[in-house]
Amino acid sequence: MSEPLLRISRLRVYYGTPGRPVRAVDDVSLEIGEREVVGLVGESGCGKSTLGRGILGLLPDGARADGEVVFAGRNLVGLPPAVLRRLRGPELGLIFQEPMTRLNPLLRISDHFRETLQQHEPRLTDAEIRRRSLETLGRMGIPPTRFHQYPHEFSGGMRQRIMIALALVLRPKLLVADEPTTSLDVIVEGQILALLADLKRNFGTALLLITHNLGIVAESCDRMAVMYAGKIVEEGPVAEVFREPAHPYTRELLRSTISLETKELHSIPGAPPNLVDPPRGCRFHPRCPDAMRVCAELAPSERTVGEGRRALCWLHGPAQRVPAGWQLPLEREAIGVADEA
Amino acid sequence: MAVAAPSARTPYGRARLIALGRAVRPIREASGIARGMLWAGAAITLFFVVLGVFAPLISPYGFNQYRAGGVRFPQLAPPSAAHWMGTTVQSSDVMSRVIWGAQTELKVVVIALAMALTVGVPLGLVSGYFGGALDRALVLVMDALFAFPYLLIAIVIAFLLSSSSIGQGVLTAAIAITVAYVPLYFRVVRNHVISVREEPYVEAARALGARPRTIIRKYVFFNVVQNVPPIATLNAADAILLLAALGFLGYGIQPTQGAEWGYDINRAVSDAASGIWWTGLFPGLAIVLLVTGLTLLGEGLNETLNPVLRRRRFGRIEFEPLEPDEPA
Amino acid sequence: MAGTSLRTYLVTRLALVVPMVLILLTLVFLLMRVAPGNPIEAALGGHVPVSAIKQIEHRLGFDKPLLTQYGNYLWDIMRGNFGRTITDNRPLSQIIAQNGAATLELTFFAMLVAVGVGVVVGLVAGRFRDTPLDVFGRLFGIVVYATPVFFLGLMAQLVFGVWLGWLPTSDQASPITQALLQTHTNIYFVDAIWDRNWPALWDVTKHLILPATTLGLATAGIFIRLIRVNVIRTLRDDYIEAARARGIVERRVVFRHAFKNALVPVITVVGLNLALLLGGAVLTETTFNWPGIGHELVLYLENRDYTAVQGIIVVFALVVVAVSVLVDFLNAYVDPRIRY
Repeated sequence: MSEPLLRISRLRVYYGTPGRPVRAVDDVSLEIGEREVVGLVGESGCGKSTLGRGILGLLPDGARADGEVVFAGRNLVGLPPAVLRRLRGPELGLIFQEPMTRLNPLLRISDHFRETLQQHEPRLTDAEIRRRSLETLGRMGIPPTRFHQYPHEFSGGMRQRIMIALALVLRPKLLVADEPTTSLDVIVEGQILALLADLKRNFGTALLLITHNLGIVAESCDRMAVMYAGKIVEEGPVAEVFREPAHPYTRELLRSTISLETKELHSIPGAPPNLVDPPRGCRFHPRCPDAMRVCAELAPSERTVGEGRRALCWLHGPAQRVPAGWQLPLEREAIGVADEA
Repeated sequence: MAVAAPSARTPYGRARLIALGRAVRPIREASGIARGMLWAGAAITLFFVVLGVFAPLISPYGFNQYRAGGVRFPQLAPPSAAHWMGTTVQSSDVMSRVIWGAQTELKVVVIALAMALTVGVPLGLVSGYFGGALDRALVLVMDALFAFPYLLIAIVIAFLLSSSSIGQGVLTAAIAITVAYVPLYFRVVRNHVISVREEPYVEAARALGARPRTIIRKYVFFNVVQNVPPIATLNAADAILLLAALGFLGYGIQPTQGAEWGYDINRAVSDAASGIWWTGLFPGLAIVLLVTGLTLLGEGLNETLNPVLRRRRFGRIEFEPLEPDEPA
Repeated sequence: MAGTSLRTYLVTRLALVVPMVLILLTLVFLLMRVAPGNPIEAALGGHVPVSAIKQIEHRLGFDKPLLTQYGNYLWDIMRGNFGRTITDNRPLSQIIAQNGAATLELTFFAMLVAVGVGVVVGLVAGRFRDTPLDVFGRLFGIVVYATPVFFLGLMAQLVFGVWLGWLPTSDQASPITQALLQTHTNIYFVDAIWDRNWPALWDVTKHLILPATTLGLATAGIFIRLIRVNVIRTLRDDYIEAARARGIVERRVVFRHAFKNALVPVITVVGLNLALLLGGAVLTETTFNWPGIGHELVLYLENRDYTAVQGIIVVFALVVVAVSVLVDFLNAYVDPRIRY
């Protein structure tokens, strides 16, 4: 099998606090192939944003990473900042959730492009810079007449397109999109998603699409990974995961999605756990309708559940490691008021 | 920074205790520098407060005293064992004047700020909450005054009052300073009230039919008052400078009423030509020290309480070794 | 395009000036009238017979009804007539022209010092937050702010004037220079350059150093504090992170994005600081015997010359309003988002 574009291996990202660290990403492994569109879903606070940023090394002060993020034969974790910086832009791109504040209000769009291109390709002529910028912007639907305008003259949707264009103008191999449409209205969302879905065709870029919206994943992604409490609990091709989810959390997530067939609202009781002190055993066990006794004591290991599919759940065994009697359902009090995460 | 309204289930008193606890936590969590500023500022300020309050006990001589035991003090004597900070042209002991000066500063500034708060805060509350024509008129007037140099306002007021029945003195100086600072408190309180007014919980209270007076008292006032301590402390620092400036120009208190640092520096200007430094240096250093202390205290408070500037300490992160991967 | 919106903004902004000016002028007028006692008597009392007082009252229009006085007052100001002093019967406009120029010279250079020192220290402190550099910068800003300008001036006079003898400690220029300098703008610095009178320029500069540096340092504290806070805030902004995500070098992120954006409010701060500067100018002029308008104010206050005081305060008010408009206009020019 060919080497994947990006291989994340046992990555951990912890945030420093006055007390014990927050274990935002806790032993995550994931592969992204060239031109693949991978969706990363999860509730707020599950660590998916941290994972996305962690790939590019854009972590806040006081955070530390451990493990491997192998890209182009190098482990990005632990690379000197100067080396990592040079990869951002030409190799790895990141677009953010709120387009409204991600552009410098005092600089024109043309200035933003010139700066980005000159930083990484210093020998470009002005004419070249202009041509490439306009070309990428054009593909995003921004007309050349607006090239010299200021950010505040654009709507939210257009600013997001500009951000995408800025990220793509250097033709990175991988683009991480952190909830790119969450703050946009539905119609604009559709346009942006169509753009992103076309990336692999028009730019040859792989995409890691981070979102909490399963609908987006269903529409745009080839493969998907489900994150919960800092761990990936399920991964596989989108169609198969949707058809037959292997992890109870995925199943519950799918059931909570509202569609035209929804008769009554379904929600997962409880709230996501505290990442400073996650629950023992399987992190989902306090809220899992299928929890067994073993789930509260021992952490499950990753199991292959099909072609290119894996899940982190005791339901898939291995049976011989479950102590006698512990496969019985877990007894616990009804889940009352949620613990504040 | 808005604090959630006290819950309806908790008695008001308990809610305040909880809020107090929540208010103190940032101080413990704050970065070392902010804490250092806070404590250093508090220590310095406390030092001067003690000096001022206990001046009669601490000071070796009275502020106008020019002799002791029948012997007149030397004139313009440099610092010596007998007079640690030297004497003035009127044979007063400089150190005594510095200590008594602390009392004057405290007296005037406390009165002035109390008056400014008493006038400015309610005006700001009412104007901000009710809006309308009154609000617009007040804002216009206050904004016009706010842009004007404090010193000039204070001088003019002091000037006008000094020829009135109140005459020169502590009250005049205090009123002058009050008038200069009312627009500041008005503006700060009003802006805060306006932002709090739009908060969902206030809207909810209004929807439930609470009377304006109740809303203001329970939610708005509590919230707004939280912002006052850092501002008042920094304002006190400013007020001391203002009082000293008034004293320097001759509009502070009467020499018979007490010692004042700014006034002493004015007297020292003519001494400087002869190279006499101690009459001006010590009162001046007192001002610098006290104002620095107050500013450190105020900025320390600001930094610990203001969430934008607050910097939490980060603990060390140790990664424990992972359990080896299992074959799937 | 951009020009029109800027023009519209300016017009709207100027329209707002009228109520502000009116309020200030009215306040000054009322204050002066509300003062107890007879202003003329207070100024001249004891030296002048009662009949003369009545004459002066009539000349200055104090015997007319209040409303008429108010009307005349406003009308005069609009025509640039700020009245005459009671004590020495000089027209205020002359005082403003001569002494105002001196104050302008002082405050301009003081502002240069304040901005220069303040911006540099503030930028460094904000960028290197919580390092010893930052601590020192902040402490410097605080202590310098805590030092009354007249104390700093006094110490400067002692050290540089009396002990070291390097610099003059009073006046705008030596008497010889003043006699020789041609009056063009009344601003000695400019006049000296105009005449290419280099010895005079040197003399004027020497006289400027102590007062301007003193006043400038005393007001630098505000700049340091505000710019530092602004740099910290700007470094937290989302577009900074986005720039880093595009692989822009940190140095460029800091200078081109953070610093530049952090300095935008400097213009506003300069304007806001003007009030502090004017107050400080009064004190500095008194300390250094600088013949500015602040010094005149203090002298006329001592003499209880109401019309002089009124006239000078009115000038201050107008200057404050004018600067606030200028600041808003500059702001709108620099930050395209502000023009409404």
